[in-house]
Amino acid sequence: MSNILELEHISKKFDDDLVLDDLCLEVKENTFMTLLGPSGCGKTTTLRIIGGFTTPDEGRVLFEGRDITNLPPNKRHLNTVFQKYALFPHMSVGENIAFGLKISGKSDQYIRDKIRYALKLVNMDGYENRDVNMLSGGQQQRIAIARAIVNEPKVLLLDEPIGALDLKLRQDMQYELIRLKNELGITFIYVTHDQEEALTMSDTVVVMNQGYIQQMGSPESIYNEPENAFVATFIGDSNIMGGVMLRDKLVRILGVDFPCVDTGFGTNKPVDVVIRPEDVVLAEPGKGRMDGVVSHLIFKGVHYEMEVQAGGFEWLVQSTSMFPVGQEVSLNVDPFNIQIMNKPESEDEEAVVIDV
Amino acid sequence: MFKRKWLTAPYLAFILCGTVIPLIAILYYGFTDQEGSFTLENITAIADEEHAKALGLALLLALICTVVCLILAYPVGLILRKHASGKKGFVVFILILPMWMNFLLRTYAWKALLAGNGVLNNTLGGLGIGKLNIINTPAAIVLGMVYDFLPFMILPIYNVMVKIDNNLIEAAYDLGASKGKVLTKVLLPLSMPGIISGITMVFVPAVTTFVISQILGGGKIYLIGNIIEQEFTLNGNRQLGSGLSLVMMVFILISMALLNKFDKNGEGSII
Repeated sequence: MSNILELEHISKKFDDDLVLDDLCLEVKENTFMTLLGPSGCGKTTTLRIIGGFTTPDEGRVLFEGRDITNLPPNKRHLNTVFQKYALFPHMSVGENIAFGLKISGKSDQYIRDKIRYALKLVNMDGYENRDVNMLSGGQQQRIAIARAIVNEPKVLLLDEPIGALDLKLRQDMQYELIRLKNELGITFIYVTHDQEEALTMSDTVVVMNQGYIQQMGSPESIYNEPENAFVATFIGDSNIMGGVMLRDKLVRILGVDFPCVDTGFGTNKPVDVVIRPEDVVLAEPGKGRMDGVVSHLIFKGVHYEMEVQAGGFEWLVQSTSMFPVGQEVSLNVDPFNIQIMNKPESEDEEAVVIDV
Repeated sequence: MFKRKWLTAPYLAFILCGTVIPLIAILYYGFTDQEGSFTLENITAIADEEHAKALGLALLLALICTVVCLILAYPVGLILRKHASGKKGFVVFILILPMWMNFLLRTYAWKALLAGNGVLNNTLGGLGIGKLNIINTPAAIVLGMVYDFLPFMILPIYNVMVKIDNNLIEAAYDLGASKGKVLTKVLLPLSMPGIISGITMVFVPAVTTFVISQILGGGKIYLIGNIIEQEFTLNGNRQLGSGLSLVMMVFILISMALLNKFDKNGEGSII
């Protein structure tokens, strides 16, 4: 697969605020890529630079190898689905969808067919003549998507398109978007602050913070092997604690030695350790590596969430079996589920973590 | 709810005395002769050459004034839409500043500026360009109208413009629209309510004015407003004055009805 889009050393300042700093990103053809991060991390600015609404101070944007950095949005072969839908209120559903096609001078017959095709694709057959102002949020969102895809863009940009919908609708739309992407066979670049959305839909997740890419990879690798504490805390719940890498495949956490699978950190090296709450195995006292006492218990539907005091640390534990508050338990972690990360080298990097 | 209704009583009384009763009086006088018996003569009097010419000129000058105001105000609205909010308020403040001065004063100021040996001609003469004789011509009247009524065009257009969601503009660009298409397909239709109410607020007072034409027309150019005013004051013929007023009212209502056809949602219409 070749790169459809490349960002080369992009920097952008708003007033004196550095929003993007030397950002490089390659987007492969026909992938679902998500830019994920907290608000102000630069993800929307990145999308706007790709769309042509913001010009970077430095760096180049390449589309199929061609420099489009200074090309206005109306000359780019990509379309955007805006956060607030941005449907034209003075046009019907059909006129909204036809907008781009009319501008590019398509025939009436072609436009009619396309409108019908697009409405079918977003499950809104027969809505051509409706007033867009009378549609629900979810329906407006679908029309916004239909309006973008009839132009057959090679890349579709989506700026938190389902953030304003309610939970159930949001979950449905996630599946719809995956289906759409597969049917259209084009590249989606999706911006969100919702880690669950990112993990559910993406082929590639790009975690951003403070204008930097923190980590980029498949949802599984982002979740299972976070490269730093920011990624670990931003994606899902996690126990993050200081530890010492005694030697390859052995780490000391809270004074207890845990076997792990990581190598190459050297000996007696201070590190950060991430353990996901669902990877902590609770058992009767004495049967694990550490003993502790359950201090909180919440029922979450699929599982129980508990807090366990052990080794002077409050462990977050998720388990399908329940241990009541006050119960003495033992903790264990499979070596494979212990994720070792280098400690941040500078205070700058540390700040990244604190800001979460 | 019932009690709140009474809060509108002062306004209703005001409307009754200030609008409804005078309107009924005008209707009564318009359809009666000096002796008080029914007649259509006051209405058909509009066909007199002098009256028809005055009405035609009033409509023409008001139309020119409205078009000029629109041409001046719309780009201002477009520019203000893009500006940072802080500056925007200040610019609008400057634009409507003249509105805060009595409009008679402003009109007399134009008379002084445009007079044969007024400020403008002295300056032009000093520069060796020669005199500009527009005082006491329809051009001077249009100039005065534009100056007096321009803020009434700017404000409604500005109000509508700043409310247009910038996302819509970006969406139009995103879908391939050029600047021109964004203007004609998105900005213009979305600002139509402002344009309509601007036109209404400029055209109606312009068509009925008699003060501007009197001051800047040198008392030689008669608009329908001047004729009506003279019938009431100089000639003491309130029957004819009322009749012509009714005709003028009908013309205004017709123009507004035509205008409202352009405004699908009726957001900008005043009547």
